[in-house]
Amino acid sequence: MTLADVVFGLLGVVCLAAAILVVTSRHVIHAALWLVVCFGALAGCYLVLTAELVAWVQVLIYIGAVVVLMLFGAMLTRAPVGAVQQLDSGNRPVAAVAGLATAGVLGTLVVAAFRGAYVDIHHTAIGDGKVIGTSLFRFFVLPFEVASVLLLAALVGAIVLTKREA
Amino acid sequence: MGADAVIALEVAAKLLGCLLVFLTVPLLVGQMEHKAMAHMQSRLGPMYAGGFHGWAQLVADGVKFAQKESIVPARADRRVFELAPAVALLPYLFVLITIPVGPGQTARDLSVGVFFALAIVSVGVIGVLMAGWSSANKYSLLGGMRAGAQLMAYELPLVLAAASAAMAAGTLSLDGIVHAWRWWWLPYQGIAAAVFFIAALAELRRPPFDMPVADSEIVFGPFTEYTGLRFALFLLAEYAGIVVFSALTAVLFLGGWKGPFFEPQLGWLWLLLKTMALSFVVIWLRVTYPRLRADQLQKLAWIGLVPLALAQIALTGIVRVTT
Repeated sequence: MTLADVVFGLLGVVCLAAAILVVTSRHVIHAALWLVVCFGALAGCYLVLTAELVAWVQVLIYIGAVVVLMLFGAMLTRAPVGAVQQLDSGNRPVAAVAGLATAGVLGTLVVAAFRGAYVDIHHTAIGDGKVIGTSLFRFFVLPFEVASVLLLAALVGAIVLTKREA
Repeated sequence: MGADAVIALEVAAKLLGCLLVFLTVPLLVGQMEHKAMAHMQSRLGPMYAGGFHGWAQLVADGVKFAQKESIVPARADRRVFELAPAVALLPYLFVLITIPVGPGQTARDLSVGVFFALAIVSVGVIGVLMAGWSSANKYSLLGGMRAGAQLMAYELPLVLAAASAAMAAGTLSLDGIVHAWRWWWLPYQGIAAAVFFIAALAELRRPPFDMPVADSEIVFGPFTEYTGLRFALFLLAEYAGIVVFSALTAVLFLGGWKGPFFEPQLGWLWLLLKTMALSFVVIWLRVTYPRLRADQLQKLAWIGLVPLALAQIALTGIVRVTT
């Protein structure tokens, strides 16, 4: 067990604890702030796994997302200072099923793909812009383009939804 | 002494250097603001503290802030309220670590330096949102919301403009970008430089983009309830932000440590000169322009800066592919 393993494990614990606090907190804004901690710890995990670029992209994109979340969380719930009792919605069972199913699929996928994989930080190429760019545009062009079409569809959908009927 | 100890010492010395710069250069900019703004408005500014032209005014201000009582409003969310200044201030300190002051002379050169700088800087706004919400004050909340909305609009042109510089240099490393810089980048990357600087002003909430703090309508917005040292930390964050964004603009678009002569030895001086000149422009703009309204702000970002940045990226792309 190396120092990197220990750091990775600790970051994982922080990430998990923060994630649990996100869903159990009764303060909307506190939940959003715990999400920042969770994402930060996750970025740290990426760093330990030598995925440098992915780690900073994680910070750049998801911190921005949390800002939006805080804005809308505050606007939609009026987010008073102090605990809110009616934060639970009636969709709890459905959400639990969806969450468990997603976790199952992703967990199985990760185990199947990376079982026994081990990153030795001294003998692995650092995942900087060059390495990511090369593999992205050499081996994963099609998934990359599909993802961009998906995002474009979501963008168009959002515009259509917000457009008022004339 | 072993090799490890030498490396540890070197790292410690570099970090200490960053901390020193972090604690002194923002004060210089603050003093410059006092004096430059005063003279632009045909007055003298502070003249007594310390004797010569009131040079010790900021020290006196610091002592004053330290003496003041630190008040947390009764209905505020105490922990978030107390943590907010640190969240607003610390990101700028971390960004300083990656800024190159000479060829290969950074506290830590990251191969993805541009990404690191932009990612870390964007964390600061969370501190402002935390302050705005946790104060339990309408004006503060309004200011926090405005700050968030403004950041969302200006983050995009900021990143696009920086991406153009990275494309032109063919690297994401800040030191690498300075190495690749040539004088003809001034016209070639001129649009990106202007977009980056304007978007940086908006990120810093400096006039004319100071609607989130607008002292005359929402009483300093997110910072209304802050007193004493915590308020001073927010002020320090503002000046540190000016220094960091000026330095980033200088590194990305003005050649960083490159200068007309004594290039390797005096790199830090050239960078400091460029940073201070840009900081002066920031202050100059504050004195020159009135505050933008919310709709004008959003229009400028989405109709003005984003298309300009995209056009610049297209230009850079064409130049890179054809040459």
